[in-house]
Amino acid sequence: MKYIVSIGLETHVQLKTATKMFCGCNLSTDCPPNTNICPVCMGLPGALPLMNKEAVKLTVMSGLMLGCEISKYSKFDRKNYFYPDMVKNYQISQNTHPLCIGGGVDITANGAPKHIRINHIHLEEDAAKINHYARHSGIDYNRCGTPLMEIVSEPDMSSPDEAMEYLTTLKQILVYAGVSDCNLEDGNMRSDVNISIRPEGQEQLGTKIEIKNMNTFKGIYAALEHEIARQTAVVSAGGVIQQETRRWDADLGETITMRTKENAHDYRYFPEPDLLPVVLDDETIDSWRKLLPELPSQKKDRFVEQYAIPEYDANVLSAQLPVADFFEKTIACGAQPKMVSNWIMTELLRLLGESGKELADIPLTPESFASLLKLLDKKTINMPTAKELFPELFEKGGDPEAMVKERGLGQVSDSGAIEGFAKQVIEANPKVVEDFLGGKGPALQFLVGQIMKLSRGKANPQMAAEVIKKQLGV
Amino acid sequence: MEEKTQHIDVARVCELAHFDICAEEMTEFQAQLDNILAYVNKLDELNLDGIEPTMYGQPVVNSFREDVVTPSLPREDVLRNAPDSANDEIKVPKIVE
Amino acid sequence: MDLDISKMTIAAAADGMRAKDFSSVELTQAVLKAIKEKDTEVKAYLTVDEEGALAGAKEADDRRAAGESGDMLGIPVAMKDIFNVKGQPCTCASKILEGYIAPFDATVTRKLREAGAIPAGRVNMDEFAMGSSTEHSAFQITRNPVALDRVPGGSSGGSAAAVAGGTAIASLGTDTGGSIRSPASYCGCVGLKPSYGRVSRYGVTAFASSLDQVGPIVKNVEDAAILLGAIAGADPHDQTVLNREVPDYRAALAGASLKGLRIGVPKEYFIDGCDPEVMASVRKAIDMCANAGAEVREISLPHTEYAIAVYYICATAEASANLARFDGIRYGFRKVGPEATLQSLYDRSRTDGFGKEVKRRIILGTYVLSSGYYDAYYNRALKARTLIRNDFQKAFESCDVIMTPVAPTAAYKLNSTVNDPLKAYLGDIFTVPANLAGICGISVPCGKTSENLPVGLQLLGPAFGEVELLRAAAACEKEFA
Repeated sequence: MKYIVSIGLETHVQLKTATKMFCGCNLSTDCPPNTNICPVCMGLPGALPLMNKEAVKLTVMSGLMLGCEISKYSKFDRKNYFYPDMVKNYQISQNTHPLCIGGGVDITANGAPKHIRINHIHLEEDAAKINHYARHSGIDYNRCGTPLMEIVSEPDMSSPDEAMEYLTTLKQILVYAGVSDCNLEDGNMRSDVNISIRPEGQEQLGTKIEIKNMNTFKGIYAALEHEIARQTAVVSAGGVIQQETRRWDADLGETITMRTKENAHDYRYFPEPDLLPVVLDDETIDSWRKLLPELPSQKKDRFVEQYAIPEYDANVLSAQLPVADFFEKTIACGAQPKMVSNWIMTELLRLLGESGKELADIPLTPESFASLLKLLDKKTINMPTAKELFPELFEKGGDPEAMVKERGLGQVSDSGAIEGFAKQVIEANPKVVEDFLGGKGPALQFLVGQIMKLSRGKANPQMAAEVIKKQLGV
Repeated sequence: MEEKTQHIDVARVCELAHFDICAEEMTEFQAQLDNILAYVNKLDELNLDGIEPTMYGQPVVNSFREDVVTPSLPREDVLRNAPDSANDEIKVPKIVE
Repeated sequence: MDLDISKMTIAAAADGMRAKDFSSVELTQAVLKAIKEKDTEVKAYLTVDEEGALAGAKEADDRRAAGESGDMLGIPVAMKDIFNVKGQPCTCASKILEGYIAPFDATVTRKLREAGAIPAGRVNMDEFAMGSSTEHSAFQITRNPVALDRVPGGSSGGSAAAVAGGTAIASLGTDTGGSIRSPASYCGCVGLKPSYGRVSRYGVTAFASSLDQVGPIVKNVEDAAILLGAIAGADPHDQTVLNREVPDYRAALAGASLKGLRIGVPKEYFIDGCDPEVMASVRKAIDMCANAGAEVREISLPHTEYAIAVYYICATAEASANLARFDGIRYGFRKVGPEATLQSLYDRSRTDGFGKEVKRRIILGTYVLSSGYYDAYYNRALKARTLIRNDFQKAFESCDVIMTPVAPTAAYKLNSTVNDPLKAYLGDIFTVPANLAGICGISVPCGKTSENLPVGLQLLGPAFGEVELLRAAAACEKEFA
């Protein structure tokens, strides 16, 4: 029996605001415990939540990026449950009227395009951090009240690979939009996963299992693989899957029951009376729409169109926003697009990969990068010189033009000098000259190479070839 | 509309509200709450079809705060109120997940 | 200097200090002395920070010397134990807030301080403002100063008892379903519940967030106007406060008259089962208004009979969430069972920390929100609340002010409702509709029963109609004097 897998994700994304969702406390991560707290995020008696407009804006922008319908009317609700990381013992969330409805993410599955639908996006507050010690647990409330946007997908993914593809694309879009850093190590992007299997031919989805709170893509992938195998084994053996919540134990490499349906929470949602409903008019939504960057796929298409570069190049360049920006800025400084594209893909991305650095961390600027490529394009320097200079610019930055001048690296295109070198080379290599005249192509390259050697790499190789041919009367 | 009962499952509700009340109090609450419930069922007399619920104190919308950092509380002020704390964290019995 | 606090109003004290008859320090000393001497039987006060009060008074005198002269400058105000005042306890008359010291000021506290007033003493209340008699305090029973064997009303019973008992010039209370108006009426004071969204709730321990409002319990309408002016207005810490200008309420009282005032008298508020003496007293007061030139007309608020049911569903549901934060973890009372687990910490702290009435209401509120009952109870109550709101909206098309009794009876004997919560709840019938509708209301003394117990007349005005409401109340006060 073959089984069809249905996977849905609820992804919590930390928004890039300066302050918490409902109070003005700072959101920086590396502060001593319990220093970014106030009456609101500590749930003191009489404290009231204060809605952060920026968080609403960033959520709406995300919705616009993901093709959601933006709700004209949305409101907040209280989700009631006791846990020491929730100061009020209710979480302010959105149950019935979320900010964004519908939308989706386009991924590639087995080489073909696939649309993963989004059910809705809502806004809520994060919980505190609990640290566990030998004999007690300790609570640090700094994280309490961090704005989280929850993106809830439909169960449209049918393999762990599709789930990875969805998460990667989602992350790319959100980073693009500047709404989140989506930094997995910092827990900026955590997912609850629900997964069910059903026999091929059955329409109705199987009983779903929820796996809670995973913050690495690798963990999600492993948990999904394990869970598919587990459920398949249960069903194949004639068993029945019971609805429950499980958690992924990375050390054991398996999912473990957290609570069964009978023990499910009764959240007792009801409207949050301390926060007024959010009513967004077209004007406001349009003003936020204007702040949106291009989607990666739009950018790719534009790159092909505007810069006449191959689709493959455009895809690589648009995958990461900083790289795409660097590409365009370098062109804006006068470099030739295809050349910029080649150099980014071969040299720049290689050095970034080897050094483990981010584009933002290196001293190379689009200006100096463009200057280098222009020197090459104008044949002021040749390719070997450019390749020699580039790692230095990557490491230390600098002005390529000044460097070339100072070090006398300018390419020799002076025909007199090259003619002199050619004469010497022809005299010194009669055998090779014979080979060349006899029709052996590679012999010419050897002769050119000798000229390059004599010129200490600065001769213009094309010109050298021309001069040799001319002197040999070819 | 869901089925109404004249009987609150006090034990179940106490679990949700984190009350561990004694049997005597349970009996007393049961009678009083059932009595109150019977009274509030008076609302069944009303035809409420098409009536919008009133969820807020006034019918107003949109009140926001700008994303600007405001001072936090001194940690001592917060920890001083905590029944138990250690290493600048609020201490609770070991939580077993 | 011997200052008689029992007759002292804000206006008179302000005049006295402006005329340099006495200083704020002297006035505050007189209040502290009155508390010591006269609060032994009534027991309105829970805690009094004498040192802090006198330091505040000294500061007010310094500010006056520097040229300030506002009405609230140097006035000590008794605070219901529900307001956060930095450095003071705030127990809400509950064991569960034992040991909590407020690390911040409520907005009303801050506004009082800015106006130069002194938060002087914390007064008793029903635990977490749940009750109408102040008998549900974890700490002490407060008696009605008018008749010591009777309740002062509630939940702001300490506020009314202090003002009526001559141990406070003025007091600040809260009103979720009548908790200002009812004790004011039982003790013969003036109590104003402002419109929802008029006064900030920040730092005011929440009972039911969509119903709670802060307001004054004072000796006359003028003082209510002064105190409201000091605490009202937009607040960056409370997004439910409307951004509307705060008029000079005191100045607006000038020339207040009943002539031509359109008074609506809802027939649903004069029903069987009420104390006939109370009803007669209120009727007589309304007749006096008519004689003074007001146009009195009968109106109908047809959904009044559902108000108690709506209120006890909405208020308890909100309370069940609002009071979830009292869990023994971050502040207040903590008790752990022998198992020393998190579960036992929650259970023991909350079971032993809350009193019976609070637990009863949390259970009810939890129930009406729980799975399977939300639509049957909570959502129906929210819809019925709309009908009650609409009743008032329609009524105010044809009248300026609505007049009703505040409560079906005068102050009752201690211990007469504690074991019958429903009976106690039904006593709120005339006050809860204003909270459900978000409108403003005031209780003004209008007579006495044969047992010499005060009777209150309730005046209700439309949302943000405080100026008209206070003018009508001031005119009544003059007429009834």
